[in-house]
Amino acid sequence: MSAETGRFSRLEKHNIFDVAIVGGGVVGCAVARKFALEGAKVVLLEKGRDILNGASKANSAILHTGFDAPPGSLELHCVQQGYKEYLDIFKDFNLPILKTSAFVVAWNEEQIIRLDKIIKQAHQNNVSDVHGIDRDCLLASEPHLSTHALGGISVPGEYVIDPWSSPLAYITQAVLNGAEVRFGYEVCGGQFDGENWLLNSETNEDISARFVVNCAGLYGDYLDQFLLGKSEFSIKPRKGQFLVYDKAATALINSIILPVPDERTKGVVLTQTIFGNLLVGPTAEEQDERNIAGVTADGLENLKSQGEAIVPALREMPITATYAGIRPATESKDYRIFNYQDKNWITAGGIRSTGLTSSLGLASYIFKQYSETTEPLVPPTEIKTPKMPNLAEHEPRDWMKPDYGEIVCHCEMVTRREIENAMSSTIPARDLSALKRRTRATMGRCQSFYCTARLAELMGGDADE
Amino acid sequence: MHVDVAIIGGGPAGLAAAITLRKRGIKKVTILERECNAGGIPRHCGHPPFGMREFHRILRGPKYAARVVEQAKSAGAQILTRHSVTELLPGGELKVASPQGLLTISAKRVLIATGVRETPRAARFVTGGRPKGITTTGALQSMIYLKGLSPFKRPVIVGSELVSFSAILTAIKGGMDPVAMIEPGQRITARHPCELIAHFKGVPLLLNTELKEILGTSKVEGITVNDTKTGESRDIDCDGVIFTGKFIPEAALAKLSHLQLDAASGGLEIDQFGRCSDANYYATGNILRPVETAGWSYREGHVVGAMIADDLEGKLSDIKDASVLCRCEDPVKLVVPQRIIPGRTGGFKHLQLRVSRAVKGELIIADNLGREWKKKMSVLPERRILVALSELGILENTGTLRVYFKE
Repeated sequence: MSAETGRFSRLEKHNIFDVAIVGGGVVGCAVARKFALEGAKVVLLEKGRDILNGASKANSAILHTGFDAPPGSLELHCVQQGYKEYLDIFKDFNLPILKTSAFVVAWNEEQIIRLDKIIKQAHQNNVSDVHGIDRDCLLASEPHLSTHALGGISVPGEYVIDPWSSPLAYITQAVLNGAEVRFGYEVCGGQFDGENWLLNSETNEDISARFVVNCAGLYGDYLDQFLLGKSEFSIKPRKGQFLVYDKAATALINSIILPVPDERTKGVVLTQTIFGNLLVGPTAEEQDERNIAGVTADGLENLKSQGEAIVPALREMPITATYAGIRPATESKDYRIFNYQDKNWITAGGIRSTGLTSSLGLASYIFKQYSETTEPLVPPTEIKTPKMPNLAEHEPRDWMKPDYGEIVCHCEMVTRREIENAMSSTIPARDLSALKRRTRATMGRCQSFYCTARLAELMGGDADE
Repeated sequence: MHVDVAIIGGGPAGLAAAITLRKRGIKKVTILERECNAGGIPRHCGHPPFGMREFHRILRGPKYAARVVEQAKSAGAQILTRHSVTELLPGGELKVASPQGLLTISAKRVLIATGVRETPRAARFVTGGRPKGITTTGALQSMIYLKGLSPFKRPVIVGSELVSFSAILTAIKGGMDPVAMIEPGQRITARHPCELIAHFKGVPLLLNTELKEILGTSKVEGITVNDTKTGESRDIDCDGVIFTGKFIPEAALAKLSHLQLDAASGGLEIDQFGRCSDANYYATGNILRPVETAGWSYREGHVVGAMIADDLEGKLSDIKDASVLCRCEDPVKLVVPQRIIPGRTGGFKHLQLRVSRAVKGELIIADNLGREWKKKMSVLPERRILVALSELGILENTGTLRVYFKE
């Protein structure tokens, strides 16, 4: 018995991955997918119990055209590549898309003046369908918008997607095509011997990999410091709070309502969510902590009044949920991608709110850099693609098909069958947070008043997140 | 599927209505209950007192719920559990999801009795992260009484409504040791002698104490409270926070339908017969207003059940549409029913009012003919105020009734 174990661990030691990806946010998931589809032997190391535990947990879920990204920037390149690839693949994965389009709305003369510049920039970025829209047309398209609106810009290509199912689809496809995922794996050290990396964790076995991609998001600079001895950027955590309105509020807007950005901030956005709610946010608050993302009474009140100024009828609408997330901003506006060729290491840092859109583009960009330095890989002969369970409100949901057992979460109409499937899927939900993102259970208006107990029972007694 | 009356929600109000309808000889009465068991909220209130009015004895919630369900069944009502109504269509057609598949139910009349729920933390805008250990009374009750789960040991109870004291009893039943009950006002919201529950159970009642922040990142580690008089803040050690009360009608279904809602109550707008803006729809129980006891809801269910029976017997067919609208002004928070048909007596013989804060002065109900009904009173929030409709003498050409307070 012990001899067998010994042989097994020796084998494990020689089990060298082509690439270790550190961090299971949306970028890490997309990178793992790309490398796996190209035939690399991939391991993704995530310190949390599930993917999307950091910055990717909370965003506005918009699929960006890149119309307002800085021309010539890496961010623009990756956003546009990612946008295109998402539109190519989403149907294969059964992922949803809500073709909302967006309006940039000007609320004063100074903002009206700036609109031309934004249109020019959009055209320069090859988003050629962006055009100005006068006040009457705007209010005809958005009848609930405050009449203080003076005019705006139409951005037909801005859409809304599912911020959790998409990355889950990417990592699931990676795993179906040979990638491995280690949860609870916090990289705390490592050595590079000129050929391979040996990564250490305090609680898990060492991992050998020829190449490392740092997708550690809010901790990306720390990882570079620990393992390379230096970081060329530092994370400046920026907190964003959001308000989620009841489903009845969704009818108040047809498109995403964007503000005219000023020098300091992109401002507060009103958007539908793929789940049929209306979202208002984010705030932009600099802070030191990377792991604490609490809401504040003042922040939420402020968002509420900003939202009501844009769509006055929101005053009558109940609020379903509030949340806060942290964006890994850096000292620079653009993405911070560094390729340390002598160390077999690429760092993808400073990927902020556009990461949901750009992740697929970033993955290709990073793979290209990687492939320039290595032998060609052999892609799998047959690529497997998972069909994701649909959570979008405008597409058929599980409860519409018989034999679902029971509805466990009534507000979001989550069935027992969905919950059981989420707990036994390729990347299973292992706690309530993971289950929420995979099924929407407890995310509705009652916020678990009705379903906590039954859910806890189904999850084996874990009564809370 | 065709029925005479479809009742949405199998809590005390819906069950009572079914009993009355069956006793009045209405043939096909079907209750649509989305949970696996009918009985409503009392199902998970594992403590007394329930049933004093209905059964003349003191019962615990689950036993009470079981008895009402039994009554409805033996009266011949059909109870379909795990049936979730997903859409209300004009005229009384319902879209329903069930584990057997989707179905459409056509009913001559529909009664909406979907009850209330507590306001969760999110809508209260409380500063802090999302540590484990934040819940509502309802969720805690179902954890403890239905599933035997205990999410924390030393919770703080936020609020002092009747349900807040139920939270104390529930917590103790779950083997917990509540650290404190906090209330921003200078007195408890529930009636005397509820505070004795806290007293006898050894739970400190902290008045003039407002929750400012929840502390802790992965688990609740405490709360910060403010003294509303001095403005001083301090921390209280605890591992759980129970948000109690601030009930809101469970009107999600109605909100997405053609029916008229009442912004003041958060529930459905009705007339004195319990009829909604579509006369094929009725509403009763706590969907009408937050919040009454199970006993009150049960009685209201009987009342509206009788109105529906009258209606099906043709007794309401001569009612004209012309109605008087009741509009409340702060500090009067809500008025039910909101529409009165002059010259007719319905099941609702009173206007039910609530105020948003403690007030002293004169309650005035004025029509636009210059007539006023007045009464001096001193009332607290969450206390029922009843004004007999017969005293108001509402006339055909009354127009709108203003319900306000002169302090």
